[in-house]
Amino acid sequence: MHRGGIGLAASATLLFPCAAVAAAPSPAAVPEQHRWLSFAVFMAIIGLTLLVTYIAAKRVKTPSDFYTAGGGVSGLQNGWAIAGDYLSAASFLGISGLIALWGFDGFMYSVGWLVAYVSVLLVIAEPCRNIGKYTLSDILAYRNEPQKTRIVGALSVITVSTFYLVAQLVGAGVLVKTLIGIDYEISVMAVGALMLSYVIFGGMVATTWVQIIKAVLLVLVSIVMVVMVWSQYGFFGDFFANVVGDPKIQARVASLLGDAGKGMSPEALGQRFLEPGLLLKAPIDQISLGIALVFGTAGLPHILMRFFTVPTARAARISVVWAMAIIGGFYVLTLFLGLGAAMKVGAPLISEIDAGGNMAAPLLAQALGGGRDSLLGNFMLALVAAVAFATIVAVVAALVLAAASAIAHDIYVGVIKGGKASTEAQVLAGRLAAVAFGFLAVALGIAAKGQNVAHLVALAFAVAASANFPCILMTLFWRRCNTGGILAGMLVGTVTAIGLVLVSPNMIYPKAVKAAAQQTLDAAPAKLKSIDAALSSGDLVRIEAAKKARAALGKSVTRAREDLERYRHDETSIVGLEAPLFELRNPGLISVPLGFLAVILGSLLYRDPRALAMWDEVHVRQNTGMLIAGGGQAGKRD
Amino acid sequence: MATRAIDWASIDADPRFQALHRKKVKFLGLLMGVSIAYYFLLPVGAAYFPELFRIRVFGVVNAGILFALSEFLVAWVVAALYTWRANREFDRLTEEINQLQMARSIQGRQL
Repeated sequence: MHRGGIGLAASATLLFPCAAVAAAPSPAAVPEQHRWLSFAVFMAIIGLTLLVTYIAAKRVKTPSDFYTAGGGVSGLQNGWAIAGDYLSAASFLGISGLIALWGFDGFMYSVGWLVAYVSVLLVIAEPCRNIGKYTLSDILAYRNEPQKTRIVGALSVITVSTFYLVAQLVGAGVLVKTLIGIDYEISVMAVGALMLSYVIFGGMVATTWVQIIKAVLLVLVSIVMVVMVWSQYGFFGDFFANVVGDPKIQARVASLLGDAGKGMSPEALGQRFLEPGLLLKAPIDQISLGIALVFGTAGLPHILMRFFTVPTARAARISVVWAMAIIGGFYVLTLFLGLGAAMKVGAPLISEIDAGGNMAAPLLAQALGGGRDSLLGNFMLALVAAVAFATIVAVVAALVLAAASAIAHDIYVGVIKGGKASTEAQVLAGRLAAVAFGFLAVALGIAAKGQNVAHLVALAFAVAASANFPCILMTLFWRRCNTGGILAGMLVGTVTAIGLVLVSPNMIYPKAVKAAAQQTLDAAPAKLKSIDAALSSGDLVRIEAAKKARAALGKSVTRAREDLERYRHDETSIVGLEAPLFELRNPGLISVPLGFLAVILGSLLYRDPRALAMWDEVHVRQNTGMLIAGGGQAGKRD
Repeated sequence: MATRAIDWASIDADPRFQALHRKKVKFLGLLMGVSIAYYFLLPVGAAYFPELFRIRVFGVVNAGILFALSEFLVAWVVAALYTWRANREFDRLTEEINQLQMARSIQGRQL
């Protein structure tokens, strides 16, 4: 059960890096006397982003400046900004940690995140640039009934953004708390204040530049670290030979395999780290997750919005290609960062600081710089952590902007004002919507203290893949798609994705938690007896092992007692279940096809002559970019 | 405002537009199919054929690592192929259609 528990925590943190930190208080990564250094580096990077915001603020005058940086971002710049939006803390901290703890499986996990961009490049980027203006709903409302589709589109954007944003906020709060030592609540509020200042004052101009700066910093820091790792462990072939021969990695595999690993030679154990199956044990879940990733990325509102910031379809295409080069290159570097951390730091320390492995990269930086007590080591750790922090703030800012555009542009201007609002009123509405949404997110983030929020990111991707993606794709490419299809697709996609996650193993089932805790407590006395026997044996090696075992036992007993106390009055999960109804952690395999089916059936059952009459226009425009909005020509529809 | 001035149906029915569209759909469909299929080979292969992933190719480097790295390569090649053809061919054809349309609307105004 225990090993399953670790696997579970780790696979939950796959999608979201810091959830495991939230679950258990951990020993400090940075010694007290070096905290000032973390603080100084954090302040320097925050200062830089605020300077950018200050400069950008002067350029934001129209709604187009606010939502899409006036369409004046170049392909290369947008490529870096997309990479910035995507290389969240989940990829940097989460994936390097997974590789450090689980070897090959962690690396395999990173692949889907890049492949997702193939569908963005081929079917989403250019048509969306050609048809859209500020938001996802602009695309949906083009040929369908504007009021209805704007409302469902906006609701979906707000839902996805909220899930993703709350998860990131909780992670940021925990990260800051671990590194600088300020309270969780204050950390979350500070992140909220920063993200809002980027968005309110600098709009998309500042958000884009903050993303670019942060992505460049992230890539530079990673390159420096990888070069340092290579200089110590050798390049490709030698590097892997060192991995296989490393005693820390061999010990890690031996502890993962348990009895199955007994009798294996050290080299065989090391080799096993480079083979699949240490972490991922449910293939169908991996496939389901792959579906959510590959189609969900194309439906994430803050990624979609990026394509409205470039002037032409060609620039949109170039930006995705740059993004793919940067993101892919980054994941290849992550392989060496993760394996480097496994050798240089070692799994026991990494998982002691954070069970999900999220601190692997910062700890590697510390070790490369000279270790826990060195000034350079702690400076490097602070730098890596500050870049990770900037990453989270930039991503949440982009999410706030996406949600604000849905509230202000779609619901307020589009539906309530019927598309008639002055330039000033539109920008003001955007800013007010950002403030309102930001406060809501911070409040939810504080309320979610100590909760495992990993399923929220799974949910964001699942809803994006099951509702947004089918609707966008079908309205752009299927002649008979209409309002009925969009409404049905959004509704069915969202409801099935959320519903299936609510009854999935992602939720906490108090009965099972309590049973496991009780089992731990019941088994404790017998274990203690054998430890005591070892302690009095006189054999030094056995005594040393027994001391460690006693400490571990103490921890697990404390945790079990806490679990029993916390769920004293609960028997069932949030939706009243004693056990999961649905076995998949990610609903993509079921909910994506259902979303498509709903669009098709809804369209066939609904009569919408306008959608059909508008098809020629949509079809020509999405292919040719005639009358592109925000770009060269002034063609606008609303 | 300007949308009503353009006869979308006639462009949609134009053989040049049709040809462009047909080429794009065929090419994009092929690339999309290949890359998605290649991607899902990875989780499926790791789950059901782990022994293939364990085969050592050189030194300690096994087929699994090379296969996972090749996923990146394939994604990049797909992106490069698409960009190359789009820049070279699709953009030119699109431009021709746009030019033609512009010429038509100017003519329309003169008449």
